Amino acid sequence: MATAIKVDDLPKTEVQAAQRPAPKMSARKVNLWYGQKQALFDVDLDVAKNSVVALIGPSGCGKSTFLRCLNRMNDTIDGCRVEGDIRLDGRDIYDRSVDVVQLRRQVGMVFQKPNPFPKSIYENVAYGPRIHGLAANKAEFDEIVETSLKGAGLWNEVADRLSQPGNSLSGGQQQRLCIARAIAVAPDVILMDEPCSALDPIATAKIEELIDELRQHFTICIVTHNMQQAARVSQKTAFFHLGKLIEFGDTDQIFTNPKQQMTQDYITGRFG
Amino acid sequence: MSMSESGPIKKHLVRAYDDDIEQITRLITEMGAIVEQQVAFATQALAEGDEHAARTVIDRDPQVDALEERLDQTAIRVLAIRQPMAIDLRIIAMALKISNDLERMGDYAVNIAKRVIRLQSQTRIRPIPTMVMMSEMCQEMVKDILDAYIARDPDKAMAVWKRDQEVDNAHNSVFRELLTYMLEDPRKITPCIDLIFIAKNLERIGDHATNIAEKIHYMIHGHEINRSRDDEQ
Repeated sequence: MATAIKVDDLPKTEVQAAQRPAPKMSARKVNLWYGQKQALFDVDLDVAKNSVVALIGPSGCGKSTFLRCLNRMNDTIDGCRVEGDIRLDGRDIYDRSVDVVQLRRQVGMVFQKPNPFPKSIYENVAYGPRIHGLAANKAEFDEIVETSLKGAGLWNEVADRLSQPGNSLSGGQQQRLCIARAIAVAPDVILMDEPCSALDPIATAKIEELIDELRQHFTICIVTHNMQQAARVSQKTAFFHLGKLIEFGDTDQIFTNPKQQMTQDYITGRFG
Repeated sequence: MSMSESGPIKKHLVRAYDDDIEQITRLITEMGAIVEQQVAFATQALAEGDEHAARTVIDRDPQVDALEERLDQTAIRVLAIRQPMAIDLRIIAMALKISNDLERMGDYAVNIAKRVIRLQSQTRIRPIPTMVMMSEMCQEMVKDILDAYIARDPDKAMAVWKRDQEVDNAHNSVFRELLTYMLEDPRKITPCIDLIFIAKNLERIGDHATNIAEKIHYMIHGHEINRSRDDEQ
């Protein structure tokens, strides 16, 4: 195995350095194929630091595919080929020297269905910091677990039962546990793929509230089918259709006065 | 350039949603048709001293209020169940505001009618031609702004918006004329004051027509009208 270099260690390009303010993540001319079938076409998109970007669009439009490009989750899919330029803090994440494990620490992910490990609540959160060597002793682990669970708005509900299995929690709590697990490794960016689609309205509201708080410390990119949710939680919204980025703009503008007919048709329920 | 200018609006996937929006548009149209008639009757009452026309205006006012109430209820329901976005949201939000303008116009027509009735029992004074002309201008504006609303035509709306200046000019000229009459003959002061109020009401009707023009513009384009009218006073 080649010597792994952290993404942080790669030199910034001059073009990226000249941009102000530099986006946290940037994608340029991203094309993606699943075997012969092209799934993304020339996608250009910037994600600003400490902002929430929502990706919306009908099923199969490429929004989740694009999201998974941002931490190279597509690498695990056979026959998947990515072209183009995706950068985190100006550094190419597809550079051969990038350690994908490190990249995924920096760019964490929360999935549609809560997927806690079959371990205790404590271990679910401590697992990431342990494999990345982020804590030296029990006290430090305890602190990370507490801070992360607090950050995910779950601490008050689980503080007295940290040794119980993670999957003994309710769906909404499990999803917040997954968010705690994601933030425990101190990522820069959190990717969320339909994080609320399996949750009831109250659990959804808690996650939405949480997203707004998490924005203070992290940069968030969220895929959602719930357009009201996209409108509520994000500052920028990207509308995808058939693998193309149709419109990208301020969320307020996209939902009150979209520029593209196709965006309007989709968000007002005229698509088909 | 907003995309909403590029053609007719497509149907929703849920047909009942189209029916909802249509119902809102229809209520505004219906309300507007009555208000237009109210202004027309008020004009007739003023021009011909027609007390019957004046009483008709007063009697019909509750119809306007009832329609406004129905529109409010419908719009609130649609907002709650459809959570409209973009053009739909703008249509519904602007309908709420336009109905408010129409309701005020209706009230001004009633005020005019009441003053006309009072004028009949006082020293007879010939209605000033400028005032009748002003009243007809307002009536035309109301009619044209409703046509612009039904056609969703921001250009037509803008044309009405620009005409408000003529009403304002007529208002000023009516005011000066009535002032002269009052100076000539103090017995004319009371009826002239009534006429001044009528002129003011007409001028306000014109203002509300321009408000509606601005709302049609916003509804279609999604941004405010450029308010700087060079000949603004």
